[in-house]
Amino acid sequence: MNKVGKIARRTFLIGAAAVAGGVAFGVYKVRTPFDNPLENDLADGSATFNPWVIIDSEKVTLIGPHGDKGQGIAHAQAALIAEELDIEFGQFETSFGKPDKAYWNRAMADDGVPFMFTDKSFSAESMRTVMGGLLKLLGMQGTGGSSSIPDSFVKLREAGAMARETLKLAASNLSGVPVSDLKTANGAVVLPDGSELAYTALAGEAAKLDPVREIKLREPSEWRLIGKPMQRLDIMSKSTGTMNYGIDVDVDGAVHAAVVCNPRQGGALNGYDADAAKEMRGVQKIVDVSGGVAVVADNTWRAIQAAQAIEFDWGPAPYPAEQDDHWAEVAASFVEDRLDKEWRHDGDVDQALAGGKAVDVEYRVPYVAHAPLEPLNATVLVEDDKVTVWTGHQIPRMLQQQVAAVTGHDPEQVDFHNQFMGGSFGHRLEFEHVKLAAEVANQMRGTPVKLTYSREEDFAHDFPRHIGMARGSGAVQDGKVVAVDLSVAMPSVINSQMGRAGLSVPGPDTQISAGAWNNPYSIPNSRMRAYRVPELAPTSSWRSVGASAGGFFFDSLLDELIHEAGADPLAERIRLMQHDVSRKVLEAVGEMSNWGSALPANTGRGVAFVESFGVPTAEVIEVTNTEDGIRINKVWVAADVGTVVDPINFENLVQGGVIFGLGHAMNSEITYSDGMAEQANYWDAEGMRMHQCPEIFVKGLENSTSVRGIGEPPVPPAAPALANAIFAATGQRIRELPLYKHIDFV
Amino acid sequence: MQLVVDGKRHEVDVEDDMPLLWVLRDELNIKGVKYGCGVAACGACTVHIDGVAVRSCQTSVSDVDGEVTTINGLGAPGAMHAVQEAWVEHQVAQCGYCQSGQIMQAASLLSDTPNPTDEDIDDAMSGNLCRCGTYPRIRAAVKTAAVKLREG
Ligand code: FES
Ligand code: FES
Repeated sequence: MNKVGKIARRTFLIGAAAVAGGVAFGVYKVRTPFDNPLENDLADGSATFNPWVIIDSEKVTLIGPHGDKGQGIAHAQAALIAEELDIEFGQFETSFGKPDKAYWNRAMADDGVPFMFTDKSFSAESMRTVMGGLLKLLGMQGTGGSSSIPDSFVKLREAGAMARETLKLAASNLSGVPVSDLKTANGAVVLPDGSELAYTALAGEAAKLDPVREIKLREPSEWRLIGKPMQRLDIMSKSTGTMNYGIDVDVDGAVHAAVVCNPRQGGALNGYDADAAKEMRGVQKIVDVSGGVAVVADNTWRAIQAAQAIEFDWGPAPYPAEQDDHWAEVAASFVEDRLDKEWRHDGDVDQALAGGKAVDVEYRVPYVAHAPLEPLNATVLVEDDKVTVWTGHQIPRMLQQQVAAVTGHDPEQVDFHNQFMGGSFGHRLEFEHVKLAAEVANQMRGTPVKLTYSREEDFAHDFPRHIGMARGSGAVQDGKVVAVDLSVAMPSVINSQMGRAGLSVPGPDTQISAGAWNNPYSIPNSRMRAYRVPELAPTSSWRSVGASAGGFFFDSLLDELIHEAGADPLAERIRLMQHDVSRKVLEAVGEMSNWGSALPANTGRGVAFVESFGVPTAEVIEVTNTEDGIRINKVWVAADVGTVVDPINFENLVQGGVIFGLGHAMNSEITYSDGMAEQANYWDAEGMRMHQCPEIFVKGLENSTSVRGIGEPPVPPAAPALANAIFAATGQRIRELPLYKHIDFV
Repeated sequence: MQLVVDGKRHEVDVEDDMPLLWVLRDELNIKGVKYGCGVAACGACTVHIDGVAVRSCQTSVSDVDGEVTTINGLGAPGAMHAVQEAWVEHQVAQCGYCQSGQIMQAASLLSDTPNPTDEDIDDAMSGNLCRCGTYPRIRAAVKTAAVKLREG
């Protein structure tokens, strides 16, 4: 057994939140269900059975509290309830519901505990249980960490089954037919004679009953929906321009606001001259906000134009002004007193390396922006006894707290309407834009204020993915990799992100070397160390968080060692992989890609494997070195999520994750000069475009016993697989992202 | 000044240099047209002027010299354009924010080039960013839409 199990018991790390130890709570308290928030405003004759289902005489509404950033969770949540409720698409409405502790995320703890996902030992499992209980007590309602499906998979089916059985009881009371003779289908209870009682017709009777709690979930063989292709509920509106996002919120009487805050993030505003801006058409008001100025106007464009016409005197950045100094700080962090944790030391690495290092190299990953296509925005109405917020957000209850702190209300007075999001990639875990909108609205009580970031403001105030470096070496013997030694140095993104939300984060940060320390390989001598770089530029979780960097470091290093050993990159990975589920993923991607087949000239293939968020994922990439640069021809992906809920959406998310990972690996970074991000719009950080997009073949495996989400896991293997493929095609080993600093792409 | 959008004539009182994008979104409340970058880098704002795809963020309203069609005028749920039908069939969208622009760009391509090659598709569509990475499905949907349109 590795040393990962020896953890600081008094420190609980929750992927995105942490609480110092010593919290005492009894089993009873943790097991007690929260009150059902839907009971609060329940109309006469309406029935609710749990926080996820509400039925009245007109309609059935299914509540899916996880935010939808494009991953399709609004649909998936409804499908999980509908699976057991026996109701068809088109027969119900959906809602994100209201923030409530009843919607605490049961799965968010899984990836924050300092145990490998392969570790099902007693201590690992009890830590997960403890963490889950803690999240519950905190009422932590969040969408992130690819946790929405793991959180929802059982509980939403239970919610559907509970509602179904209660409706059957209601039907039995009304018809006199015993429950055992009743069936359900198409949103109705079916009597033995074939007649139907619609759920809506049963709402009044069901409302009088206690929800039935004795339920049995259906066997997978009985599933109507799960595992079969489904048409996403949002697909029609998203194909016809009729989906409304936060940026489309249209509240009567709303004014439009734009902000410019110090592009040296967190720096002061020393002064400004808004004389010209004031005179511009449509400008109604110019107000101070934290670290900047907001213009309120009668439309978005006029507000943005006027904001850009203001002359500012900005204070310095609270971090090094030049990018080189950021790198110097990272490079200086491989020292004992910055050791965050030695996560793992199997075997004896020093002894294994004593005979000589096969490689001794350094890797780098840059800051990268989230830049979801819908710029950040929020609409806020502040009244004396209430605040109303419309925006798309991933952590609704924390949003209530953050807004309340700005306006001086109680969090419960913040009425939050979650919106479909035009992407996030982690950016909509942040609160700054919502707080700024609240600051403006608080100075204009009674008037709804819609704040829209310009794309330039969105880039300038992104909290990018952390930068990092890694130093790696290893040893090979008799054609095999026998030792790997990797040290990673990065700022703590969790510390930066939670710090902005006013939370302190004790203990080591699992994310500093996620994707590396938790690799499920059995390499006889293996050491993984994480060094914590003091905070530089403020950073935030970026799709796949630490693994987006750690996966590149570890898998690149492993690939170099395998080449040094003269072994086959896929065969040696498979040989080193004792974890059964992960090995099958590698084998599958080999089969899919027909690994080892003859390739045309100037063409090469790379393979990479990274586990993140409990999902072992392997990718093979084929590239050709053409006269115009590297062309990515094909990508094959195999990932094991336990159960694929919707094969079409699964394929779409995997392809999208690969493209996101490849695009950033190719050409995207944020660099600082004079304290400001040098990249201001998509021209400067493009990601992948259509003509660069390879064919992507996807296979979902279901060998794992736990059901996991697929939003993030396809991202981490993309960068190393591409770099490995470029090496195979050209002999050039690139150890720094973005790759276009070293090689051209078509 | 006067604008014809999705078959309807509108009178708008705005600056000459206000981009068509913001006139559509904020003055005429046509919200299917999206703001992504404002500098012609993403294609989210794509509309047609007399059937030709343009970036509405880079088109001053005073330069509009024809009829504007937006995603909301191209077709609607229940009466979709063939391109929109193909988008639904292939379930292209993830967040969907780019898709208004993608669909308008594809519709314009197919009216010029009814039987596009892979290269035609790449050339026409590469100005439209999709941060969610739906490109493989967009490609497939364009081909399906081409067949639908050719077969009428
Ligand atoms: S908003 Fe017009 S191209 Fe991006
Ligand atoms: S679907 Fe999200 S940007 Fe294209």
